[in-house]
Amino acid sequence: MKRSISLLTFAGAAIGAPAMAADLNVTVEVPKLTVAEYHKPYVSIWIENPADSTAAGTLAVWYDADSKEDKGVKWLKDMRQWWRKAGREMSFPADGVSGATRAPGPQKVVFSGAKGALKDLKPGAYNLVVEAAREVGGHEAVRVPFTWGKAGKPATVKGASELGAVTVSVK
Amino acid sequence: MTFKKRLLAVAAMGMALALPMTASAHRGWIVPSATVLSGDVWVTFDAAVSNELFYPDHNPMRLDGVVATAPDGAVDKIQNGSTGKYRSTFDVALTKPGTWKIGSATQSVMASYTENGEVKRFRGSPEDFAKQVPAGAADLKTIKSFNRNEVFVTRDKPTTEVFKPTGKGLELVPITHPNDLVAGEAASFKFLVDGKPAADLEVTIAEGGSRYSPRPDVKVKTGADGVVKFTLPEAGMYWINATVRTGATPGRGPGGPGGAPGGAPGGMGGGQQGPATALTGDGYSASYTAVVEAQRP
Repeated sequence: MKRSISLLTFAGAAIGAPAMAADLNVTVEVPKLTVAEYHKPYVSIWIENPADSTAAGTLAVWYDADSKEDKGVKWLKDMRQWWRKAGREMSFPADGVSGATRAPGPQKVVFSGAKGALKDLKPGAYNLVVEAAREVGGHEAVRVPFTWGKAGKPATVKGASELGAVTVSVK
Repeated sequence: MTFKKRLLAVAAMGMALALPMTASAHRGWIVPSATVLSGDVWVTFDAAVSNELFYPDHNPMRLDGVVATAPDGAVDKIQNGSTGKYRSTFDVALTKPGTWKIGSATQSVMASYTENGEVKRFRGSPEDFAKQVPAGAADLKTIKSFNRNEVFVTRDKPTTEVFKPTGKGLELVPITHPNDLVAGEAASFKFLVDGKPAADLEVTIAEGGSRYSPRPDVKVKTGADGVVKFTLPEAGMYWINATVRTGATPGRGPGGPGGAPGGAPGGMGGGQQGPATALTGDGYSASYTAVVEAQRP
């Protein structure tokens, strides 16, 4: 009895929201920079509604959450677009969003469509925004368009200074 | 873009007028080290009355009346206050999330009256006025002024408690939150005078950094609803000022004590000044000054 109910529930969910099954695959190239004082960049990965530039959810924030001094939050505002549109409304550390800063090189992340900001994201066109801010360094935001709700070919946009290539695909 | 064109048009027109005015205007300001912050952090402030924005080239701002109002409305003392030759500095710890107001709201009275056939003058706080000027003094004339000078800083999410109008003097009510100003984005503020919309009020917007890239002031007027619309063309700190005057003026020419609006709270020590001429009548002035930051897009 119990078994059949759970099977039915599962089937219903799968039909009702096909987008849920998909994942968002993101590769962020953290560039290697030859500078006198290098700090790994703070990075926010978030979803933007292209029509009005509002935020539709935050997927990840890489920062120094272990810092004894200020728990890293002091620098979150430097990712200023994200901070204004989404970050300042959140509390940190944020479950499933907060993460450590990453070293130079390609950083692959898979965001499950069944979790977090993607769980309730309506099918449609969005920008995946990767915004980086580096202490004693610069700021850059890279926008990569993607369509949520159906699988698509990977799209790549290259950053110019604080970010390398950002590749996004829905699988 | 259109604003820049307008700015240029204003520049061409207003240059001759604006420059001499700027040269003689002593402008009071409080400039924070940051306006948008995350986490439990300190902000440090410079406060001065200067000719150039925001270079301390004239007088320090007296810190006597400067307080920090927390996002919940609690009034706190500023910390580590120090007044030098040209500038004062102080710190505020943002112990609570939300929008903080740092500044002063100063009332002062200028009066003239006749005592034993001699004209007497008074300038000071309303409290000292009540103590020092005899009740029912002959030929009593007063010019009352209410000067505000403030700045807003926000830790985490912006809040609006500190903007609750008191109904006294000239006040800013945000339509755009002062910590949500972004270069190139349209913004608007509402001004109230004694709690009512300040209609047809001329608001001066002056960009900082005038020493190395001088730009003329921009003047905009409020509508009947007290609302002023503007777009700050570039990221940076701006000085915003407006003054309302009715009745007699202190007779130091236009500009009068408003030259340093709220610039030196507590600096106008009480006491008689004389021998003097009588004021021409009763008057009232209210000035408002704020420093706001246009963030980078």
